[in-house]
Amino acid sequence: MITLEGVTKRYGGQAVVDDVSITFGSEGVTSLIGPNGAGKSTLFGLVGRLITPDAGRLAVDGMDVATTPSAQLATVLAVLRQDNQVAARLTVQDLVEFGRFPHSRGRLTVVDREHVERAISYLDLGPFRQRFLDELSGGQRQRAFIAMVLAQDTKYVLLDEPLNNLDLRHMTEIMRLVRQMADDLGKRVVTVLHDINFAATWSDRIVAMRDGAVVADAAARDIMRPEVLAAVYDTSVDVREIDGRPVALYYG
Amino acid sequence: MTTLTATPASTPTRVRSRRTWVGVLLGVLLVGLGVTSLFVGVSDVTPASLLAGGAESDAAFLLAASRIPRTVAVVLVGASLGIAGLILQMLVRNKFVEPSTTGVTEFATLGTLVTMIFFPGMAVVGKMGVAAVFGLIGTWVFLRVVRFVPVRQLVLVPLVGLMLGGVVASVTTFFAYRLDLLQSLQQWSLGSFASVVQGRYELVWVAGLMVVVAWIAADRFSVIGLGEEFATNLGLDYRRVVAIGMVVVAVITAAVLVTAGMIPFLGLVVPNVVSLIIGDNVRRAVPWVAGLGAVFVVACDILARVVRFPYEIPLSLVVGVIGAALFLWLLLRKKSRAH
Repeated sequence: MITLEGVTKRYGGQAVVDDVSITFGSEGVTSLIGPNGAGKSTLFGLVGRLITPDAGRLAVDGMDVATTPSAQLATVLAVLRQDNQVAARLTVQDLVEFGRFPHSRGRLTVVDREHVERAISYLDLGPFRQRFLDELSGGQRQRAFIAMVLAQDTKYVLLDEPLNNLDLRHMTEIMRLVRQMADDLGKRVVTVLHDINFAATWSDRIVAMRDGAVVADAAARDIMRPEVLAAVYDTSVDVREIDGRPVALYYG
Repeated sequence: MTTLTATPASTPTRVRSRRTWVGVLLGVLLVGLGVTSLFVGVSDVTPASLLAGGAESDAAFLLAASRIPRTVAVVLVGASLGIAGLILQMLVRNKFVEPSTTGVTEFATLGTLVTMIFFPGMAVVGKMGVAAVFGLIGTWVFLRVVRFVPVRQLVLVPLVGLMLGGVVASVTTFFAYRLDLLQSLQQWSLGSFASVVQGRYELVWVAGLMVVVAWIAADRFSVIGLGEEFATNLGLDYRRVVAIGMVVVAVITAAVLVTAGMIPFLGLVVPNVVSLIIGDNVRRAVPWVAGLGAVFVVACDILARVVRFPYEIPLSLVVGVIGAALFLWLLLRKKSRAH
């Protein structure tokens, strides 16, 4: 379980994450939605010990994020941030192998290599394994990063806007993978998503944030209501039922 | 069907065998040039004269006292400067940095001036220590300053470094001028191995040791090169690895400065060439960068000795001309690849 108790982060007096208490980890896929500046990414940064909270307590499986050695947390929690700019010329295989770093400390064992192979084949990266990251398309690169966190073999996987800059096909592909990781591999995935229809289609639970606070937290179907979405995004959203699935219409 | 399955597997193998060949070529070149370097000079030191004179001959003495130290120093300097560039590039996540484009060399030079003013009689080890401390301060200042420069501003980072270096260098020049030390400072900083003899070069082994440190911590530097967020996610103590990297860079810069002087462009060109061939995985890159750096400097040093034989021209001149040309080529090539 990832538990947050009264977590607060302020930038220049303004609370970006304001006294948030929430638990993640009992559902397979949880999606975090909300308008820009709602504090979603900051929340990820706090859980991933990239940002230090001003108040409150964070714990992963009972281990306090502030005091537990970073290397130990890295074996249970993986965080992939958005807009990953990797300047280094690394091959896909190199990158995925670095995902084993928390376990191997750089010396790959047979077990480590198995994990690397599994992650590479799971994301269909076999043909690209010797390619450098700067020679890949956006979708392939995103898959390489996900393969890396998959090789890290943690129970909790946090993906910050994994669909950024991807086309329709790749967005669907990544979400299907996220679903599989939860269903087949028993991972607990938390993602930040901007497209609420993707969130509704693929997640078990949706958490909506606004102004640094959690304003709605329920099963996907219960979030997909015009009044809930209008309150979250401050704009009118129409929700229609198509083939038994709620679909939000927000194109004006 | 069989051809289909064979195709994806054969491509990496071909790449790997090509790498092996380039690696072998590099090794042969290094040994060849190293041996050549032993027998280039004014005095008559040839395999024949060594065999004729035996262990007591002038030729054998010269070989042990001057030629071997010089060759060893050149090899170690070339190898370690390349590594300093590689590590700094990982820390800053920018391909265009090296000690002399980040102010580190200039800070270390200021350090040697400080020893000249306050401790003129200090042993070389002490001078190196002071230079290393100043180099460390320089690395720290640079890393603090570039934190305000966006990572994506590739060319801005070395520009800031060059400006920082310029400011520090002018401070050094001012005090050296006022205290009438300008000439000895220039002599110090002009890169050359002409004065390397037994007993006056051993500090470069410290730089060599730093290469070993870099190799041991290679994976950590690779992860650091992915950025702070990746490093933290993988459970790495980002600050500690950066600190180790800073020490490696500062000590190499200082050791090279007090034994051979300033050698520009090397730390920039060598890691970039290696990056083009095998990429930036530090564990794989360390032997390549060290090997290519050594070959490059040995070749330049031989050139510096034969161009105006029997006189020598400063090594920094040769490295500067060739290095600048290579750098321009890399820069223009990079641009063409970007879009």
